[in-house]
Amino acid sequence: MKIRILAVLFAISAGAVFATPMSIQVRNCRVRATPSQLGAVIASVEYGAVVQAGAPQKGWYPVTTADGKTGWLHESALSRKPVAIRAGTTNANTGVSSDEIALAGKGFNEQVEAKVRRDGKLDYTWVDRMSAFSIGGDQIMKFRTQGHLPGGAQ
Amino acid sequence: MSERKNWRLSLVIGAAALVSGLLAAALFCGCAEVSEAGAGIAQAAGVITADEAQSITRSAKAIEKTWQDLTPEQEYYIGRAVAAQVFQTYPPLDRPQANEYLNLLGQSLAIFSDRPETFGGYHFLLLDSDEINAFAAPGGLILVTRGMVRCCQSEDELTAVLAHEIAHVEKKHGLSAIKQGRLTEAFTIVAAESAKQMGGEELAALTREFEGSVSDVVMTLTTSGYSRKQERSADAAAVEILRRAGYPETAMVIMLERMNQRLVNAGGLGFAKTHPSANERADAVRTIVGGAVPASDPVRQQRFSAAMQPVAAGK
Repeated sequence: MKIRILAVLFAISAGAVFATPMSIQVRNCRVRATPSQLGAVIASVEYGAVVQAGAPQKGWYPVTTADGKTGWLHESALSRKPVAIRAGTTNANTGVSSDEIALAGKGFNEQVEAKVRRDGKLDYTWVDRMSAFSIGGDQIMKFRTQGHLPGGAQ
Repeated sequence: MSERKNWRLSLVIGAAALVSGLLAAALFCGCAEVSEAGAGIAQAAGVITADEAQSITRSAKAIEKTWQDLTPEQEYYIGRAVAAQVFQTYPPLDRPQANEYLNLLGQSLAIFSDRPETFGGYHFLLLDSDEINAFAAPGGLILVTRGMVRCCQSEDELTAVLAHEIAHVEKKHGLSAIKQGRLTEAFTIVAAESAKQMGGEELAALTREFEGSVSDVVMTLTTSGYSRKQERSADAAAVEILRRAGYPETAMVIMLERMNQRLVNAGGLGFAKTHPSANERADAVRTIVGGAVPASDPVRQQRFSAAMQPVAAGK
């Protein structure tokens, strides 16, 4: 156990030394205490926020949030490009071109969906209903335990 | 018109022709550098502004972009519209208990995929249709028909269906169905627009490309189907998800065999028209999974039956 804790601390500190700024490209993003989707949640990070990411290990990055919290994020939550126009997003803190910043958040977005809705071509009632189905980490753990499913390596 | 004005007009026309010629060359060559150079020359000649030059450069870069450049946020909005369009043909099944179980099962699997995080997360819903089918809208909205539930006799088998659909999301197979021309148009509109909020015309044009993209995906999901290669890669990724989640990989083979039997009886409708033969898939999966088929866990069997038997029975 001690060795495991030391390994995690080493990974996080090594990550801090070789940190790369990366943007959060998903909503409801949660930083985990361990490299697992079932790991304890230690912070929530906003869509488009920039975190400092260390060297990835099996798809997981050790990260430090803007307010100094450290933990793990899966690579599918992170992008090297800026993903949304946010106050304070500049070339300096993301290391990307002005073109990429100009394009961030544009394209098929909320504005386009609003137009589709206004035009009355699609009914989003059930899309919204199913998107609201929310299952917490605790429920998943209980479901797996009751179903005699092992911890399962990720 | 004075000689000076004539000279200026000729220069503008000449430079514009040079830029458009170079842009056209870029279109054919897929070479952004050509039009970047053109925009630079025109800007240096003073016939276009720095903003216009930047816009031309961005447009040329947009031409090089593909479905792989769509961000998770864009994928999310495409997926929502895809699901809404699928509902026009396949109505949702309003059974809260069954849908809650489906979401528990699906979300407890999705965390073991190579892509556990999507913009809006994974969500699952039953469809009130006897057709044997399941659809994965881009971004993680996964739809399963009552007919498909009837093919599954255990939680493990239903898990195999969901894992296959999660794998399509993981590999962004839905997005790959979008015609490149639509994306080039969309990226070009976005790139040329420098304001934060688009004007009415640009928004209308972008929305047309969006609707076309959604139709491309829906057509593939419901009519033409993915390629054999994509289906095989989804099956292989599904087996990996099952293994990581602790479910028996052999459930995939059992489910495919059962599905094949029902599809033969159904006369090749639904899933059969959009997927390679279930038998062929079962044979391919057998080469990557081994071992005997374990008896289904009694707790898993009980909760599966409680949630899904009424659905399968059509009550």
